[in-house]
Amino acid sequence: MSESTVQIALVLPDLLGTYGDFGNAVVLQKRMAWRGIKAEILPINYGQPVPDSCDIYVVGGGEDTAQTLAVKHLREHPGLQRAVTKNAVVLGVCAGIQIFGESFTRADNVTHPGMGLIDSTSHAGGSRAIGEVLAEPAGGLFSGVLSGFENHQGRTVLGPAARPLAHVKVGTGNDGSVEGAVQGRIVCTYLHGPVLPRNPQLADLLIEWATGTKVAPLDLPAVTAMRAERVRAAS
Amino acid sequence: MSRQEDRNHPRGARAAAGSIAGVNDSPARLPLRTAAAVKLGNLSSTLSQKMGLGAGGMIGGRVALKLDPQALNRLTQGRQVAVVTGTNGKTTSTMMLARAVGALGEVATNHSGANMPDGHVTALSKQPDAPYAVLECDEGYFPAVAGASNPSVAVILNLSRDQLDRVGEVRTIERSLRDAITKLRDCTIIANCDDVMVTSAAWNAARVVWVATGTGWHHDSASCPRCGNPIRWQGEHWHCTGCDLSRPHPNWITTDEAMITPEHRKIELRLTLPGKFNQANAVMAAAAAHALGVPVEEAVRRLRSVSNVSGRYRTIQRNGRSARLLLSKNPAGWSETLTVVKEANHPAVLVINAQEADGRDLSWLWDVPFERLQGRTVIASGERATDLAVRLTYAEVEHTIVPDPLKAIDQMPQGAVEVIANYTAFRDLNARAAADE
Repeated sequence: MSESTVQIALVLPDLLGTYGDFGNAVVLQKRMAWRGIKAEILPINYGQPVPDSCDIYVVGGGEDTAQTLAVKHLREHPGLQRAVTKNAVVLGVCAGIQIFGESFTRADNVTHPGMGLIDSTSHAGGSRAIGEVLAEPAGGLFSGVLSGFENHQGRTVLGPAARPLAHVKVGTGNDGSVEGAVQGRIVCTYLHGPVLPRNPQLADLLIEWATGTKVAPLDLPAVTAMRAERVRAAS
Repeated sequence: MSRQEDRNHPRGARAAAGSIAGVNDSPARLPLRTAAAVKLGNLSSTLSQKMGLGAGGMIGGRVALKLDPQALNRLTQGRQVAVVTGTNGKTTSTMMLARAVGALGEVATNHSGANMPDGHVTALSKQPDAPYAVLECDEGYFPAVAGASNPSVAVILNLSRDQLDRVGEVRTIERSLRDAITKLRDCTIIANCDDVMVTSAAWNAARVVWVATGTGWHHDSASCPRCGNPIRWQGEHWHCTGCDLSRPHPNWITTDEAMITPEHRKIELRLTLPGKFNQANAVMAAAAAHALGVPVEEAVRRLRSVSNVSGRYRTIQRNGRSARLLLSKNPAGWSETLTVVKEANHPAVLVINAQEADGRDLSWLWDVPFERLQGRTVIASGERATDLAVRLTYAEVEHTIVPDPLKAIDQMPQGAVEVIANYTAFRDLNARAAADE
């Protein structure tokens, strides 16, 4: 972590910005700023090298061709992979969970190599999973139910080195039973919403990992009300 | 009817009649089944209106289509048809084009946003003698509607992310439009060449008129829809770095408050409707009207008069507040509308629903630059006001929450208020406001 400012890399928003996941970076930045922790968002667009010096990397969902182009870029400029070896915190959403794995296979049966950051493989499911999701965080990683909106064709199988992020109560997630993945300080999920505005406890967990300090709770009534509404709607 | 027969038969009829005369007797030529279906359909529309069940924009067509699945094909035979599609601006452009084509004769059109085949059948049934039809078409239905209605002109306005959970990703839509357009041989495509997705969809069209609209949403076209390689922008020009897709030379150009015709004449737009995107809609409509044979000055003179599009842009008076109603459905639309409301610093009521027709997923709220409203008086409203409130909180826009939009307007200071609502929120608000008047 740099001396004074937490750097949040927003990875390829031009390619992986289809589903509003930009919001995750905003939430991290604001939740730190409101607690007096300086933080800034560094968008890294296609064609730019990926720095390995950022503290948090946020990767979002995109369309298929964009996802293929993104993984090509991230393999050619392996700053994110180097950052992981230096203990950076990474959040990968939707396309993120697929490209971080060992490989992903599309509906056309073509298998693409992933970035090998988490022990998982992904493949196209029979139908598209669309709708509200509720899941119970695995292993007490954070408190409260995990809430989000999924919209994906992919299904993901975790290997032994990756743990699930949560156990599905409503929705599909990776396979109808578990949702997302955690390996070291990499957190992956299929959930949009985006996931961090929906789940401030997860946002704060990533912040605590990145800063190495415990943060005080933030009272945001709108967030509490919205979470309650979404949980009610999904149940 | 197969496509082949389709092409041979009514085309002949139409060629004989850029003439209106050959067209006017079309109802007499309707097969008995279609005629009966249309009658029953019209009856259901009337019943629906009388019983207060709806505006009757779709039910009639739904009944007619059930009774005669070929109704759309039969009802468009012998007419000159224009189909208008795209993510944003369909209703406005359709109204502008219908107004302009009115210079040539009676126009059947689906004004109320009932833009799927049942809405088309209803509109056509109500005006069986109209020699022209201008049909607003949901982009998902474009292949079916263009296939059935043999359009002379198809207008492709723009393509951007919209209701990803219902409509799907932009590239899927582009692909299906591209396939449909490639099959249309006797149709002039009016395409926005400042939109990469639209350009790709129209690239292989037999006949295409390119319009530079100057519209600005580029967030869905960083990579080429044809080959996946990056698109590179240089000012207004763009090209794919992997294949030959590039910005075509425009035939029509939108400039500030004016347009340049293919003959290099500059015509002032002087629209009643606000915003750059409506200038783009107007130039697209003028180019389409021109392709159908309307002199361009006449087209512009007529479309200028469009001021209220199914309640959009109209101002309602309530307890000393004059609230302008604006519809925005997706990030590109909201982005443009926030630009329109930027000039005057009026208080704003933002209304968000997430019903089926809106898309259930509100993640897109994070693509909208609500930060621009910092310092304004803002109320978050609608069925999903709390989701919006969270977005506004993180955008550091001070706000209160009033789920009922009419009550929200009443809580604003007296004077001008801007109300921006998404699809069902707008529809419901507009209906309630109309009932109060």
